[in-house]
Amino acid sequence: MTDDLALDIQDLHVSFPTRAGLVRAVDGVSLSLVRGKTTCVVGESGSGKSVTARAILQIIDPPGRITGGRILLRREGEPELDVATLGPRSRAIRELRGHDIAMIFQEPMSSLSPVHRIGDQIGEAVRLHLGVSRREARSRAAELLAQVEIPDPRNAIDRYTFEFSGGMRQRAMIAMALACNPSILIADEPTTALDVTTQAEILDLLRRLQDARGMTMMFITHDMGVVAEIAHDVVVMERGQVRERGPVHTLFADPRDAYTRMLLGNVTKLESPSAIRLARPSRPIGPPVLSLRDVEMRFGGRKGLFRRGGAEVRAVDGISLDVRAGETLGVVGESGSGKTTLGRCILRVLDPTGGAIDYRRRDGSVIDLVNAENDALRAARREIRMVFQDPFASLNPRMTVAQIVGEPLLVNGLARGAVLQGKVASLLERVGIDPNSAERYPHAFSGGQRQRIGIARALALSPRVIVADEPTSALDVSIRARTLDLLLELQDELDLALILISHDISVIRYMCDRVAVMHRGRVVETGETIQVCDDPQHAYTKALLSAVPRPDPTARRMHLRHRYTSA
Amino acid sequence: MAGFILRRVLWMIPSLLAVSFLAFFLIQLPPGDYVTTYVATLAASNEIVDQRTAAELRDRFGLNQPFIVQYWLWISGILLRGDFGLSFEWQQPVSGLIWERMGLTLLLTTSTLLLTWAIALPIGVLSAVRQYSFADYVFTFIAFLGLAIPSFLLALVLMYVAVVYLGQDVSGLFSEAYQTAPWSLAKVQDLLAHLWVPVTILAVNGTAGLIRVMRANMLDELHRPYVVTARAKGLSEFRLLLKYPVRLAINPLVSTIGWMLPQLISGATIVAVVMSLPIAGPLLLQALMAQDMYLAGAFLLLMCTLTLVGMLLSDILLALIDPRIRFD
Amino acid sequence: MDQPLTTAAAPELKPADQRLAVASQWRLMWWSFRRHRLAMLGGIIVLFLYLVAAVPGFFAMNEPGRQNARAVFHPPQALHWIDTAEDGSWRFRPHVQAMRMVRDPVTLAPSFRPDGTRKIYLTFFARGYEHNLVGLVPSTTHLLGPENPRDQVYLLGADRLGRCVYSRMMVAAQTSLLIGLAGVFLSLVIGLLLGGISGYYGGRIDFFVQRVIEFVLSLPTIPIWLALAAALPQNWPPERIYLTITVILSLVGWAQLARVVRGRFLSLRTEDFVTAARLDGVSEKRIIFRHMLPSFASHIIASVTLAIPAMILAETALSFLGLGLQPPVISWGVLLREAQNIRSIATAPWLFAPGGAVVLAVLALNFLGDGLRDAADPYQK
Repeated sequence: MTDDLALDIQDLHVSFPTRAGLVRAVDGVSLSLVRGKTTCVVGESGSGKSVTARAILQIIDPPGRITGGRILLRREGEPELDVATLGPRSRAIRELRGHDIAMIFQEPMSSLSPVHRIGDQIGEAVRLHLGVSRREARSRAAELLAQVEIPDPRNAIDRYTFEFSGGMRQRAMIAMALACNPSILIADEPTTALDVTTQAEILDLLRRLQDARGMTMMFITHDMGVVAEIAHDVVVMERGQVRERGPVHTLFADPRDAYTRMLLGNVTKLESPSAIRLARPSRPIGPPVLSLRDVEMRFGGRKGLFRRGGAEVRAVDGISLDVRAGETLGVVGESGSGKTTLGRCILRVLDPTGGAIDYRRRDGSVIDLVNAENDALRAARREIRMVFQDPFASLNPRMTVAQIVGEPLLVNGLARGAVLQGKVASLLERVGIDPNSAERYPHAFSGGQRQRIGIARALALSPRVIVADEPTSALDVSIRARTLDLLLELQDELDLALILISHDISVIRYMCDRVAVMHRGRVVETGETIQVCDDPQHAYTKALLSAVPRPDPTARRMHLRHRYTSA
Repeated sequence: MAGFILRRVLWMIPSLLAVSFLAFFLIQLPPGDYVTTYVATLAASNEIVDQRTAAELRDRFGLNQPFIVQYWLWISGILLRGDFGLSFEWQQPVSGLIWERMGLTLLLTTSTLLLTWAIALPIGVLSAVRQYSFADYVFTFIAFLGLAIPSFLLALVLMYVAVVYLGQDVSGLFSEAYQTAPWSLAKVQDLLAHLWVPVTILAVNGTAGLIRVMRANMLDELHRPYVVTARAKGLSEFRLLLKYPVRLAINPLVSTIGWMLPQLISGATIVAVVMSLPIAGPLLLQALMAQDMYLAGAFLLLMCTLTLVGMLLSDILLALIDPRIRFD
Repeated sequence: MDQPLTTAAAPELKPADQRLAVASQWRLMWWSFRRHRLAMLGGIIVLFLYLVAAVPGFFAMNEPGRQNARAVFHPPQALHWIDTAEDGSWRFRPHVQAMRMVRDPVTLAPSFRPDGTRKIYLTFFARGYEHNLVGLVPSTTHLLGPENPRDQVYLLGADRLGRCVYSRMMVAAQTSLLIGLAGVFLSLVIGLLLGGISGYYGGRIDFFVQRVIEFVLSLPTIPIWLALAAALPQNWPPERIYLTITVILSLVGWAQLARVVRGRFLSLRTEDFVTAARLDGVSEKRIIFRHMLPSFASHIIASVTLAIPAMILAETALSFLGLGLQPPVISWGVLLREAQNIRSIATAPWLFAPGGAVVLAVLALNFLGDGLRDAADPYQK
């Protein structure tokens, strides 16, 4: 390539000495950043993409060290500099940081100091590198906040991070990185912690800023959709090594490496409804097993002299929905939409403050879960089960897998002794876990395996309804589709009704027959999944759908997206 | 912010009420009442108190009334007239005995607090930044040792060393010449010359604890993402350390002022007995032993009030330096 | 690319991983604790100290209450293990240098001189005064004692009444260490009850209990203890005083523990795995005992270990001031009363010895507790 390179990494090695031996987090990585272009480094967790980025600024967490290779920085009008040779505490590297190369991080909340004002944190780099006065730094900070489109910047510089929303915080972080007009911006998963509509805004902003400034950008992500949306060049990493690199169009159209193909395959697979679902014969629509009527869940609001009651929050604000036997109902919404609260209300983990949830039992009798107590509630909970989001927190680390999966059977008096063991073994086998590992503790399993154990526990009582709250959002992309397929297979076998709660529209499209779109505690739209996805009616649904980055670099549309401002 | 302080100050009312109740309850605990003890003491020195005088005294203090009325008489006297009752042992109003000693108690504890912070902060930071270094191990061990040595034992050893090897008496807060002299600049100087010994002894315990807390806080903060952000800005390690992790690690430490104060008062009480310091502790002990209840009650009340006020101040201070609490 | 769902065979694990995979929380904690060398040392010392507390008479040499007018302020006698004969040959035979009291001809003040080259030989499992093992089995055997029962040996010297400081220290260990244990146990009961109720029920009850805890924590403990102890009738028998002092100590100590318990309960109550258990139909009782208690038992053990030293120090302080335990009950604090007077310690600095025992015990318990706390959550990432 004869491109003008801003940064050229050659055969980089980074190792972490641990008790178990040397871990090669980055193992011979070569990649380069073309001046004025965006290079996306994509890979799953543990691929070494983040460590590579940090190596450029020499801010690898101890005890990690660069053990080999070169990081050549080419600035205009200056001699080439090998950053890897600079000491991590040297003045030379400190002068590069924040001045020539700036970085933004994944968690804007924890990456900004909670006790310093925004303006102070932005102005700091300006004062440090450009040596301007406090007053000038302040006006520069306000100027920067205006550039990242934060309203009322003069006022915003005196605010603290916790007074900002997630998207605003990330804007402030970007402002901070741009403070000294760096020639290279490294963005380490800057949108991963954000909602999809906020992500779209931030991506849009970053691209416009890059265009306007001719900045070189290294963008680290695990999301192929984001890559397709913003990259010029792509580097695919796995286990500390580069699998494939090339221009975005070539790479998406003709992936050479098996790993790249796998990554893309997993994403494109989730772009359309599941094969399992499409293969199903059309079934008659049964009566609803669950009917929600005006369900309401309010928090807070009580105030006293000595008690600080915040404003009342209506997490779920009058929701009515039907769930039919054997169908999958998706509940989609962004954080704070109340979707998780709704799921927890159905199982009475939370006690709804109003409305009714009618559950039709096997024998046809109907009970209202909102008012069910003791035996009735216990009986209903045997038939309505839950799969949790976090596969680490939802399994008791102090119990063996056999104990965890067997507990519902045991405490409900359904099996014990050898019968119980046999049932646990067949449950584990059903979800794809070797029954011989039943005596192991959860810490011996990976995230995906744990989620399967959680599913086995839910199945133990032969349920009719499963509420799955973001069952795949804590898992790597490569395991997501498999976990979802497992749920679909089980649905076919057991005639389950599934309520799938997710923020991810592609998961919903893959899995669900019908979908309910939630926004601020209300359902703004319901309908057949295909219909809602292809022809959304409500303005919020349009905004949500158009904000989802699609893994197709030829169909970039983020800048065309529909914006929703709620009244 | 104003709301926070107002709520916190309002909380003082039930706390103070509870403290005064507790103090009064404690001095009522021993069998027999004030007058019985008073008569018995006088009888020991061959003075006879006739029935009428005794009855009059009982009336005056309302000793024939129920507990709650007695409490009311006691607390209203304190609140309305600053009258803490009579000390029968000293044959004078309690209020004449307590204020100078409480003042010196306050002086001793605040100086100790300041010294503790001055030593513990830098050591805690150093220990955390150079975790597992030789210095860290040494300081950690010293901190453990400091926590394990009771302050009165330390006082005894120090006095022993001073007497046997230096031929000096380090007890007391004043030289003999100034003990009863009125306050003057020379007396203050004399006080300062004596004060550092008990302050050092008392500071050992607190410093040891504070080093551990500061080290743990710093270790927590050092690996937070905002530190990486600041580093990526190009700040030098030293400036970065002071501006971010140290600043944040101090916040939880401020609330420890609150719980260090009760410990300090406790420690000061017992060290004062060993070193015969003219502060509240020894007189309280003496009053308790002699069942001089109003005197003991006054000290108990004031010492508890002191710690409550200390807690209040540390909470307000924390709100001042931590915006998260202010805005919560 | 489609990946078919197959039952993954249990991945073949290396033997070390295999062991890890089936390791319970206690085993994981032990592995983590073992690496903490100071904590291991602390643990060994604590075990030894509680062994002394169980059979103090066995470790003692002289009867602790026995006075000896001829041994007033007798200095400590250094223990030698190797006996060298005049011809230079040596063998293992513990002994001390015999001492003799002489009076100054003018002032008649007593002082002690080495009694020529006479050695008092000591033997293991020697016969001596009768004591009870664990308070039950009478025995006359002592770990170490003079071969000739008529010899008197004062390893750590004698006090103003000629009583053996070393033996008294051993016997006092029982009182001081057990009062720590008993006080913490009582505190734990109160703390578990109130903290558990507070954390489990939440809401108003939690609010109220929280305020009470905060209030108790804001009290200066020593003045309150003093006032409580001073209220005890003088004519009570020592055993009763002992019991009451234990109760008094725990009255203040429970708040710290209650706070720990409450915090744990509160955070566990909302853990996903507890919610999952509730949805499984697990009864409240079983949730508490099967899911919540095992999760914080280790933290409680660590907190309790760290609370014992505070109790020991408190008892020592109270007794030292004369408001705690009363003779003839002896504790380290009671023994340290002998050292209260600057004149006595100037003559007999060995009276500080019980102070050394306090420091050792507190140090060892703190190290142990610190190690336990670090190991308490083996699942922390």
